[in-house]
Amino acid sequence: MTPIQRKIARRKALDRFFAFEGLTVMALALLVLLALVGQLMADGLTRLSWQFLTSFPSRFPAQAGIISAWVGTILVMLVTALAAIPLGVGAAIYLEEYAPKNWATEIIEINIATLAGVPSIVYGLMALGLLVYQFHLGQSFLTAGLTLGMLILPMIIIATREAIRSVPPSVREAAYALGATKWQTVRDHVVPYSMGGMLTGMILALSRAVGETAPLITVGALSFIAFLPHPPWQDAFPFISFEWLFDPFTVMPIQMFNWVSRPQEEFHVNAAAAGLILLAMTLAMNAVAIAIRARFRKRIHW
Amino acid sequence: MEANVVEMPVEKNVMCGSPAPRFVPRLQEKVIERLLQLAACVSVAITLGIVGILSYESLLFFQQVSIVDFMTDRQWTPLFADAHYGILPLVSGTLVTTTVALLVAIPMGSLIAIYLSEYASRGVRECVKPALELLSAVPTVVYGYFALLFVTPTLQKLWPGLPGFNMLSAGLVIGLMIVPYVSSVSEDAMRAVPVYLREGAFALGATRMQTALRVVFPSALSGITAAYVLGVSRAIGETMVVAIAAGMQPMLTLNPLEPAATMTAYIVQVSLGDVPHGSVGYRTIFATGLMLLSITLLFNIAGHVLKKRYRQVY
Repeated sequence: MTPIQRKIARRKALDRFFAFEGLTVMALALLVLLALVGQLMADGLTRLSWQFLTSFPSRFPAQAGIISAWVGTILVMLVTALAAIPLGVGAAIYLEEYAPKNWATEIIEINIATLAGVPSIVYGLMALGLLVYQFHLGQSFLTAGLTLGMLILPMIIIATREAIRSVPPSVREAAYALGATKWQTVRDHVVPYSMGGMLTGMILALSRAVGETAPLITVGALSFIAFLPHPPWQDAFPFISFEWLFDPFTVMPIQMFNWVSRPQEEFHVNAAAAGLILLAMTLAMNAVAIAIRARFRKRIHW
Repeated sequence: MEANVVEMPVEKNVMCGSPAPRFVPRLQEKVIERLLQLAACVSVAITLGIVGILSYESLLFFQQVSIVDFMTDRQWTPLFADAHYGILPLVSGTLVTTTVALLVAIPMGSLIAIYLSEYASRGVRECVKPALELLSAVPTVVYGYFALLFVTPTLQKLWPGLPGFNMLSAGLVIGLMIVPYVSSVSEDAMRAVPVYLREGAFALGATRMQTALRVVFPSALSGITAAYVLGVSRAIGETMVVAIAAGMQPMLTLNPLEPAATMTAYIVQVSLGDVPHGSVGYRTIFATGLMLLSITLLFNIAGHVLKKRYRQVY
């Protein structure tokens, strides 16, 4: 072999080694995910039962369950979605379709980018100081939902803007040419065409909110709630009750945190079981988001 | 794009059955625009709320505790009888866990990004990317469980003297958690580098690795920096993993094998107890929060500046 051939061979070997290394690291990351799921299953699978889903927390690990936690999670998510989605989509539509290019718009844009980088626990501190002690909303479902709503608002705005931006201008021009007003164009054309991206963003944001723990601990979630909130319905007119909004709350991740941080190993089993359900919830939401993304990408060709 | 329809002298009744007064749609348009504008302004209100409440409570805190003590005292024992208010132990804890996390996330994330963008086939990329995203979808409290009950026992087999709570396992797990943030944003940046730059390198006889490291990576540096900064600020703000796995004892140490508390873990710890509203103890969490926010913002601004400086125009 001439020296130059040797040099080439060495470089090619290095190249192959580098590719192999990339593959290994990637496999390692995915293996960790598998190890995590495996560990949770090994610890918690035996504890999963109907009794676990329908019991209240208890001092006795074998009798404890998560009913107040999963009911709480669903109700908090309801408030979060109702607060964040209309505001987020509205803000995104304004910024993409209406906003003039001036300093006020620029401030809003910088502001949203900054908010997306604020640690989640800071939202909790803000909610504690402002919602709990200034507005007197209490340590309630309403406070918890609004806190998480504020937390995911920038995520929803960013995802929705991206979705709206992918609608080509020709669609808008066609609508205007037929005499549609701005709002008619947005409502009948831009929003329906960007629905896939918007839904994906919303689901991903909500799945992030489902797992958030720190801000809710800060606003004062209780980890031991042996009762359910007031039902959202009532017998007399107007049949819908909002009393539950002001009840004390707990959610799945907080129940799990409470069990993990106890020294007794029996509670760690409960934590693993709660973790499995939590993981199943977030992974299912992510799977739905990925499916929606794939479906809409296939259907629309500009 | 002005949307207002130009008035036309044709009878409109031909088109609509009952003629609506002309001003109604205009008014509706205006109202809708104002409402949407209001929605956009809510985000500004949230920022004002965060900065306002943190500054207000911290101001009250610094009326009782001198800011010099806060910055220089080497002990953080605000809830003890002999109270010390030195933020340094919390900052050192945050620094150590963040450093460990970045030592995992940046090399792994960058390698994965290079592999996915330069080596992997389209099929592999389409499968692996969503799978990696799942890593960041796992709730942080589940990662805390994993760090405390899987990673720490595993590490204890390597270092028999390792305490049950330590910053190393918390940092490692945070690092794994932020790998997808780093890899996904870096990969997007590298894929945005035009193909002709790669073709030029190949034409000169470079291997894929040389192309990736000497052409594509430097060209995508602005986007990759943004990915790293995103990773840093996620690692600093991460709460549940450190609250569960690192122990909650504020100690001024740079040794990752020891237990310690970070700024976020301290806030959780105080929120779990019943510190009376309005006391100094209550206000410490706002002062800590302000410190945390300032550090994160500093990184975000630095990222912004770096991104501008290294921006390449093709």
